[in-house]
Amino acid sequence: MSDTILECRNLTKTFGRIAAVNEVTLSIPRGNIVGLLGPNASGKTTFLKLCNKLLTPTAGEVLIAGHKPGNESKKLVSYLPEKTYLNDWMKVSEIIGFFGDFYTDFNSGKAYSMLEKLNINPKDRLKTMSRGTREKVQLILVMSREAQLYLLDEPIGGVDPAARDYILDIILENYDPATTIILSTHLIADIEKILEQVVFLKEGRVVFHRSVEQIREESGKSVDSLFREVFRC
Amino acid sequence: MSWELNADRPLYAQLIEQIELKICAGVYPPGSRLPSVRELAREVSVNPNTMQRALAGLEESGLLYTQRTSGRFVTEDRELVKRVKHRLVREHARAFLAKMLRLGFDHEEIMAALSMIMKESEK
Repeated sequence: MSDTILECRNLTKTFGRIAAVNEVTLSIPRGNIVGLLGPNASGKTTFLKLCNKLLTPTAGEVLIAGHKPGNESKKLVSYLPEKTYLNDWMKVSEIIGFFGDFYTDFNSGKAYSMLEKLNINPKDRLKTMSRGTREKVQLILVMSREAQLYLLDEPIGGVDPAARDYILDIILENYDPATTIILSTHLIADIEKILEQVVFLKEGRVVFHRSVEQIREESGKSVDSLFREVFRC
Repeated sequence: MSWELNADRPLYAQLIEQIELKICAGVYPPGSRLPSVRELAREVSVNPNTMQRALAGLEESGLLYTQRTSGRFVTEDRELVKRVKHRLVREHARAFLAKMLRLGFDHEEIMAALSMIMKESEK
């Protein structure tokens, strides 16, 4: 097993004249929690979609454990998209059944125990839930797979600070040193303590890719203040 | 004793300081077993690898030791804990002193203020 879980070379995706992802070359080692950070329209979502074959690259390539995005890579990757694709008339227990049928690595026991801890009733239907609760349910589903790579697009975007703490706790509870989590967000202050590396994206390009402790050591700044500096308008 | 971390300094160094404090204050008494890396990382909400690095640093200084199968323990060497305590008091006192001098107080004034506050807190 190679030490690199995700690798891309000159990965590019253009929409008309705009390059949403522009010649991104990146190598992410296994056993890491990586923050994919950038302002709006910096290419975070497009990048994650390319990794999941929801988009195909205009140029360059991305490899997940050596595989191009496709059936093989999807067995290894658990993806939380920015928008929900779940049917809101379904009960949580029905969706758990669904995930169990779809993914051989899905651990329903894990899902039920996390739901219980967060006081979410599996018999409730998604549409009766608040947005925060729905986001928790989705993250629980995604984290209940025993995947090698978790790609989480804005896992804390729509929830209040207390719910954010819960979500971070779900992530830490499920983090296993052999797995890798890449999560995109612009809410850096809330999340930077659980990150080990960060990738800053700006207009589709990687501005830098560094260890967060190294940033603190060298600049004496938090990742959040460095971000504000790099992206000052 | 809660955990207080500032994101503008390396977290592992702050974790070392705070675990030292907890050992000195008896939150983790000599010879006691420390929670696992995972549990501690969740308690503090930090990356487990960062917590691992802090614990490795504390092992290096001898405050913690690992027993192969049963986990990580606080040293039973009470003398060592005492020495750390003395180091901490000097560090904190020095930092306080530097701050007060920057505010423009001289040593006498600082001592006077300190003894006044001590008297007040005795009541």
